[in-house]
Amino acid sequence: MAKKGVPLSEMATSDTHGEDSPYFVGWKVYDENPYDAASNPSGVIQMGLAENQVSFDLLEDYLEQHPQEFGWGCGVSSFRENALFQDYHGLKTFTRAVALFMEQIRGGRTQFDPQHIVLTAGATAANELLTFILADPGDGLLIPTPYYPGFDRDLRWRTGVNIIPVHCNSSNGFQITLRALEDACAGAESMKVRVKGLLLTNPSNPLGTAITRPVLEEILDFVAHKGIHLISDEIYSGSVFSSDEFVSMTEIVESGGHQERERVHIVYSLSKDLGLPGYRVGTIYSYNNEVVTTARRMSSFTLVSSQTQKMLASLLSDKEFTENYLRTNRERLKKRYEFVVEGLSNAGIRCLQGNAGLFCWMNLGELLEEPTVEGELSLWNSMLHEAKLNVSPGSSCHCLEAGWFRVCFANMSQQTLEVALMRMKDFTEKMKAKQMISSL
Amino acid sequence: MVKGAESCVPLSEVATSNTHGEDSPYFAGWKAYDEDPYDAASNPAGVIQMGLAENQVSFDLLEKYLDQHPGASGWGCGISGFRENALFQDYHGLQTFRQEMATFMEQIREGRAKFDPERIVLTAGATAANELLTFILADPGDCLLIPTPYYPGFDRDLRWRTGVRIIPVHCSSSNGFQVTLQALEDAYVKAEGMKIRVRGLLLTNPSNPLGTAIARHVLEEVLDFVTQKDIHLISDEIYSGSVFSSDEFVSVAEIVEARGYEDCDRVHIVYSLSKDLGLPGFRVGAIYSYNDRVVTAARRMSSFTLVSSQTQRMLASMLADRGFTENYLKTNRERLKNRRDFITEGLKNAGIECLPGNAGLFCWMNLAPLLEEPTREGELRLWSLIVHEAKLNISPGSSCHCSEAGWFRVCFANMSQQTLEVALRRIKDFMKNMKAKQEK
Repeated sequence: MAKKGVPLSEMATSDTHGEDSPYFVGWKVYDENPYDAASNPSGVIQMGLAENQVSFDLLEDYLEQHPQEFGWGCGVSSFRENALFQDYHGLKTFTRAVALFMEQIRGGRTQFDPQHIVLTAGATAANELLTFILADPGDGLLIPTPYYPGFDRDLRWRTGVNIIPVHCNSSNGFQITLRALEDACAGAESMKVRVKGLLLTNPSNPLGTAITRPVLEEILDFVAHKGIHLISDEIYSGSVFSSDEFVSMTEIVESGGHQERERVHIVYSLSKDLGLPGYRVGTIYSYNNEVVTTARRMSSFTLVSSQTQKMLASLLSDKEFTENYLRTNRERLKKRYEFVVEGLSNAGIRCLQGNAGLFCWMNLGELLEEPTVEGELSLWNSMLHEAKLNVSPGSSCHCLEAGWFRVCFANMSQQTLEVALMRMKDFTEKMKAKQMISSL
Repeated sequence: MVKGAESCVPLSEVATSNTHGEDSPYFAGWKAYDEDPYDAASNPAGVIQMGLAENQVSFDLLEKYLDQHPGASGWGCGISGFRENALFQDYHGLQTFRQEMATFMEQIREGRAKFDPERIVLTAGATAANELLTFILADPGDCLLIPTPYYPGFDRDLRWRTGVRIIPVHCSSSNGFQVTLQALEDAYVKAEGMKIRVRGLLLTNPSNPLGTAIARHVLEEVLDFVTQKDIHLISDEIYSGSVFSSDEFVSVAEIVEARGYEDCDRVHIVYSLSKDLGLPGFRVGAIYSYNDRVVTAARRMSSFTLVSSQTQRMLASMLADRGFTENYLKTNRERLKNRRDFITEGLKNAGIECLPGNAGLFCWMNLAPLLEEPTREGELRLWSLIVHEAKLNISPGSSCHCSEAGWFRVCFANMSQQTLEVALRRIKDFMKNMKAKQEK
């Protein structure tokens, strides 16, 4: 192999891929020493991965009862047509099924027109696509903190767009305030960055909370007033523990015959609610025809496998199945959440009160040597290497207050969760003992 | 479609530019077909689609395989692999699938080149692979050199979101449209004159739209040229399994190996299962790079365009069956050759010359004698007549940036034998009419 390289692009050589952050470092440590109850009981438990594994049995039951959905059934006549299908409008049966599923999640409170659905290979692609479409290089997207660490790469790397954080804090449960939005805009202006949109995650990752109606209304008024776009990433919408506690931005838009629908775009995916991240099914839903058309064309770079579309169209069209799935999944997530919060409480750890998602937002502020990013990362590092727990430090989510951590609870068995909570308890006890000794 | 107010929220430059290319004849012809598609029984006077380079001649082989291996496409006996597969979103791709892709690529080249599975990066289609490489190898404002005539989709795929430009390397019929050193130098000098930095050369081998495999000595010359200029070489070998005689295909991989892998970190190969295997709907593309940094960057970037794990798993099974793949490749080549011979004969009977070809799913035919004037306008007028009177959608050479007017690409593998016969009859009749008109 030649040693000196032919130059690559700026993009290829920048570190905006974000893989040098703790978020990924923790993953690597886990990969190198993964917990297994039988073969590696002292390995690292992965609590930094927001996956939903609590309801797989429901999917497996369905597949067993409907084996033909997975192959090309009796006679492979439909194989050919499916294998050839690469139309970026997506399989009609599938887009219709996705629209129905999204309506079900919202209890029928809003309607989704399948013709406004654009499919992408995952929400990762959907968010990037919208960024390419709504903003030019150098522009800014407002994002409330704390936010999903992946956004730093997904929204900025290839697009050249900036993220302007909208700082939220624990004084009001990290809710977004008008003041915070205005401050962020003023900051952007002073840096001569043109703000093109606001991206919300609702329910929030990493907070695990559904955004309330008054806040959503305030936000819609704010974006209208500023003349910018609004992206509402509702990837966890099916994971709100009580379905009536979720208010979708679509409900705000549709109630009161909102004139502002042209600026609203929803992102969804089957990776979290249905636990199918490997299948790469994401979607953009926009009220804006121009955005739909452009997104559709751009989705050529990130189409969903027709095989996958076909299989899931059947599954998602089965209303009985989806009703039961959504209901059962919510119940199980709620139980898991309560179990974790209880366990953490026993360890003397408080969590933000949450009602959604696959994780909780816990506060270890008291255990920090110093209330800084360094102090937080030092504690995170101890947890990773001593307690062998990979959790996500708040600083990787751009949280301004040190000491908060995101803990995922749906990507493991109940037994593993119990082990993790025991380790957490031991760890905090040790840390508190150390603190006491050092203060003597 | 929901009718809303005229969008007054601005979109990005990328979104509002027309680099998506859908206003070109290439797409206009598709629309004409979509609106009035030929069907032997229900619409015998409809438009026959000859502008779509799909391979439908060997589907029966795939169908037979699926019939005999029902477990391959579903989760067979027991759902045990379902969960793990549904969760698998690792951008390294399924190990077994990468392994099989590498082996398949070796089989196509009959062992004349080796492929290391660790150098394969999977993407949702070659469309994504080519764009990804462009993002990695070039900065906005830079250019790639591409020999003409070339696949019309490149204008969008390589330029739209990347901001990279294409400088054509003009080839002419005087030597069968082969790439010459002079043409390469001319293009390079032109770019320099425009103060545009050349970052790479993109070849399609075998060529689309020419239907010819590039000769070894030309590949050697090309590799010397890119080495001398210290630029990258992308070899899109998407039609490599569609060369009628397997020993007539020379891959750049063979040249690299013959040179002892010297200075090969500038060489990158693109492949896909969309053409050889006729599976465009499944979105399976691959980048093979000899450059470690490119592999790493491409892998990370593939997060935006991953292949469905369900699809990877199914195809890993299928490709692992050597008996099946050997037979498939051999049979597919024979059938494509037969089709090619059939259409060339038919066109000859109609008084039309084609460029001698030995690969691909199309031929490159010359209708220059029919042009009123030897210009792009003349060609497009003729093309319009062919679409609207003969009801044949073929691709005009100008949409492939051919510098000589009157050449057209005609696809022959995306229809039944019967439909091809109908198409040839129509061409014959059309030629008769045109000649009669000319005589008057």
